[in-house]
Amino acid sequence: MVDVATAPVRLATKPSRRHRAQARTAWLFLAPFAVLFITVFIIPIFSSIYNSFYGMKQSGLGLGAPERVFIGLQNYTETLTSEAFWSGMGRVLGYAAFQIPIMILGALGLALLLDSLAAKYISFFRLSYFLPYAIPGVIAAVVWTYLYQPNLSPIVKGLSAIGINVDFLSTNTILLSMANITTWTFMGYNMLIFLSALQAIPGDLYEAARLDGASEWRIVRAIKVPMLQGAAMLAVLLSIIGTIQLFNEPTVMKRSATFIDSAYTPMMMAYDQAFGPSANPGKAAAISVVMAVIAGLLAWFYTRVNKKVAQ
Amino acid sequence: MSTLTPTRKSDPRAARAIRKDRIDSDRVPTSTKVITRAVMIGAALYFLFPVWWLLVSSSKPKPDLYSTSGLWFSDNFQLFDNLSRAMTYGEGHYLRWIGNSILYSGVAAILGTLVSVAAGYALSKFVFRGKNVVTIFILGGLLIPAALLTIPLYFVFNSLGIVNTVWAVIIPSIVSPFGVFLGRIYADSSVPDELIEAARVDGASEVRTFFTIVLRILSPALVTIALFIFVATWNNFLLPLVMLNNSELFPVTLGLYTWQSYRAVDLTDIVLVGSLFAVLPLVVTFLGLQRFWRSGLAMGAVKG
Repeated sequence: MVDVATAPVRLATKPSRRHRAQARTAWLFLAPFAVLFITVFIIPIFSSIYNSFYGMKQSGLGLGAPERVFIGLQNYTETLTSEAFWSGMGRVLGYAAFQIPIMILGALGLALLLDSLAAKYISFFRLSYFLPYAIPGVIAAVVWTYLYQPNLSPIVKGLSAIGINVDFLSTNTILLSMANITTWTFMGYNMLIFLSALQAIPGDLYEAARLDGASEWRIVRAIKVPMLQGAAMLAVLLSIIGTIQLFNEPTVMKRSATFIDSAYTPMMMAYDQAFGPSANPGKAAAISVVMAVIAGLLAWFYTRVNKKVAQ
Repeated sequence: MSTLTPTRKSDPRAARAIRKDRIDSDRVPTSTKVITRAVMIGAALYFLFPVWWLLVSSSKPKPDLYSTSGLWFSDNFQLFDNLSRAMTYGEGHYLRWIGNSILYSGVAAILGTLVSVAAGYALSKFVFRGKNVVTIFILGGLLIPAALLTIPLYFVFNSLGIVNTVWAVIIPSIVSPFGVFLGRIYADSSVPDELIEAARVDGASEVRTFFTIVLRILSPALVTIALFIFVATWNNFLLPLVMLNNSELFPVTLGLYTWQSYRAVDLTDIVLVGSLFAVLPLVVTFLGLQRFWRSGLAMGAVKG
């Protein structure tokens, strides 16, 4: 079994025929995924770039169905100069700027607590923190929206009983209220990722540190936190990408907070342009492309800053 | 202290290690212990409270929702009356919605897992040109804002004529770059090259080897990947919202959203009970399959 002819796959010695057979088999196994990936990811990307150069034009008299015509960059210039788009983007970015750090730092803190020597009943706590992840985002938003309503919510009633009157659904607080829903859903998920990374750290490392007289707090700072950097970076990156698409929470909260309009976030704006009363798929496509570019720029910027800081 | 090995507390097999840990934890100052546990309990209350409130509120008749304390059950326990009202409300689609969710998530999980593991296996065990490009595409797929693709996908599916069918929801849910990523990591770590080679020497075809040997070795990975795809599909909202307009095809998330967003009537009571029973299957699955999602997340955390 160890002789040359049957040596591990990668070390095959008769290259050409064997390699060709291997490549064929590999593509056979890849084919279903590749076909689906092209259908669901690649084609939509190209079709939306293509569509973004087209618009709907009414015929001269305004009679008959509108016609689809090439309009160059018009959808882009309209999007980029649209006040509604940028105020939506501003809301989403502002939301991301406090939601992501709170969620990631909270997750980090909980993971470190569960990994600490002082923790007990770890499996119970781990599970209770992770439970919200099993609850669909829309249902989480529905439940929390009820919990923000003064007539239903024991939280609002309880706070007002001790003299604190908060309106969770006002224009000033609504972003915080949404951020709370996202944080509630995903903090435990991120906590578990960090906890897994912590538990992969070899115990010898702690032992060595303790032999050298390091305090537990010192171990957290010098060993645990640095070891979590990779996982934390990925979590932040995925959160940035997720936040740009903010849609479910504001859509659900529309009923209780009527000031949320159809352009409240860029994603809602794109949805409205695609399926709303004045449907304009080209505009929707342009908005999506601009959002993707902004997400890409943010992700790129974040990884650069992260690298600089790490050095 | 220095002679003690800080073994992982979560490992139930290591009874001796737990004893050592207990000694470790005895050396932690009481104040630290108190603060740690207080924070842990506070966090647990935050995460569990909305679920508790949902459970309590689902059991109340509508007037009690507004007039009794939200923290505890009222004198009228009507959970099942509420549920039966939810089931018969409107066109009586609630059970159908749950069934649709199970169908979409189940089919997507099974097909998606097979497709992902096959692709992950190919990337892990074969040398071929284009491998790097495929890997880059999969990583790109992990990072792309998926919701942005949903609207253009609608127009693609529209031209294929499958909008407003079950396939419009199932096909996109099958594609899981994260599943491929996990499949590859699992194949790297648990399928020995020698075993595949031995099967080849024995004259087994590649496809047969995959289905009879590889899938069997990877069965824990299959459960993990299936679980992630199942949950992602069950939780998806934008995709069915965009693709479906026949309410008979709605998954439960979309159905409950339509109830919740009616402005004319207040359906709070049946939205609540409907939410509770839409969440239960997932929560139970999660409790039962803890080992699997934890190992999946661990893989992602360590290799990612």
